[in-house]
Amino acid sequence: MLSLIRSSIRDLLPIFLVVAFFQFVILRQPIPNMDDLLIGAALVVFGLTFFTRGLEQGLFPIGESIAHAFARKGSLVWLLIFAFALGFGTTIAEPALIAIADEAAKVAAQTGAIESDAASMRNYSRGLRVTVAFSVGVAIVVGVFRILKGWPLHYLIIGGYIGVVLITIFAPPEIIGIAYDSGGVTTSTVTVPMVTALGVGLATSIRGRNPLTDGFGLIAFASLTPMIFVMIYGMFI
Amino acid sequence: MDLATALAHTLYATLHDVFPIVAVVIGFQVLVLRRPIRNAGKSLIGFVYVLIGLTLFLAGLERALFPLGKLMAYQLTSPNFLGGDPVSTEGLVRWQDYVWVYVFAAAIGFATTLAEPALIAVAVKAQSVSGGTVRVWGLRVAVALGVALGVALGTYRIVTGTPLHYYIIAGYVIVVIQTVFAPRSIIPLAYDSGGVTTSTVTVPLVAALGLGLASTVPGRNVLIDGFGLIAFASLFPIITVMAYAQLSEWWSGRHRPQADSKDNIN
Repeated sequence: MLSLIRSSIRDLLPIFLVVAFFQFVILRQPIPNMDDLLIGAALVVFGLTFFTRGLEQGLFPIGESIAHAFARKGSLVWLLIFAFALGFGTTIAEPALIAIADEAAKVAAQTGAIESDAASMRNYSRGLRVTVAFSVGVAIVVGVFRILKGWPLHYLIIGGYIGVVLITIFAPPEIIGIAYDSGGVTTSTVTVPMVTALGVGLATSIRGRNPLTDGFGLIAFASLTPMIFVMIYGMFI
Repeated sequence: MDLATALAHTLYATLHDVFPIVAVVIGFQVLVLRRPIRNAGKSLIGFVYVLIGLTLFLAGLERALFPLGKLMAYQLTSPNFLGGDPVSTEGLVRWQDYVWVYVFAAAIGFATTLAEPALIAVAVKAQSVSGGTVRVWGLRVAVALGVALGVALGTYRIVTGTPLHYYIIAGYVIVVIQTVFAPRSIIPLAYDSGGVTTSTVTVPLVAALGLGLASTVPGRNVLIDGFGLIAFASLFPIITVMAYAQLSEWWSGRHRPQADSKDNIN
């Protein structure tokens, strides 16, 4: 545990150095609320320590155990349904996505794409969240299917990039920034380890798959499809 | 807000976030797989550790880093700091006036990425799966450099007001070219590292920087120009991780000329 705490401190040290440098040397301001800073720093260190401990002991084994169980069961349909449920379920409640969807509703109201009253903005934002969650569900399904088939990832991803570029031409300019950002925010701190463990676990249980080349890549799909789906959403609403 | 209330609040929010995952996993476990998880008790304790850890981590960030980081982002972009009038006589924005903003963007992007728990998770997994050829620190530093580069370029874009998609499409072209030359085994990991960089620590600070910048640079629209930094931060790590693999392949090829360098990475 002590070495974990030490490595947490090492992980967090750069942030404190950067903040201290800019605060004292560039902005030349004192640190406000020194007590809060110290308490917060202690919490962050202990939090990261617990998280990395729990990662090895809880999240990775659970994700891998499920992957092995599905591989043994051999039911493709259930595996794909699970993949969709995991992608959709974890994204729909993601706080970063909720924040981005609300901002997008403001943009849409400002540019006159929708009425600027509260009800239609709420509808727009909810529709956007369902769209993104659906796209992440689809992404995990496609990603899991790819692992089973052993297709090379880069053809699919480069195909996705071409899709993004083509749709960018037709999408309303106001939605582009939000669409591009939505790709990065969909995968949260708990989802990433679970999904990674699922992919690596599947690639390990299926003969002929390499966990390094076939097991990774699920997150890549989950960050790509929301861009496409959000721009399409912006075009049609 | 006192400490206990803040912690209870964050715990509630974390439980709320984690609930769908737990529901999906337990639902499939009970209804479809009908097989007990191996070491269920130990895994459950591990899961509780994750919850406690995430709660403390977020509550700590909320108390220490976010207020200060956001304040600094606003101070660095304010006209006072920039030395009066950042608009030159022709009414054009001089991007040179914002040099400290780019430096801050790069430094904070680098530092927050190193502390990103999701990236730690992927790096740990990658090291164990690759048998040690992909090292935890090598990967994390490569990703952090990518985020630093991306966010710095992203702030430059906001200052100059150039369209986001030109940069992103140019980035895609670089990724595609690199994909041709990079060692095969690193490609999925590189693509994944784009998505994992931007979560709990990086997003709030980077978003504050973008919105602060877009609201103070004359002629920028917060809603249109304020977004896009996260897109930069998710794209550039793909480039730097592939570059890291290419460099380490080249390095090991140079030092062990007998070995077939393509197979070394596997």
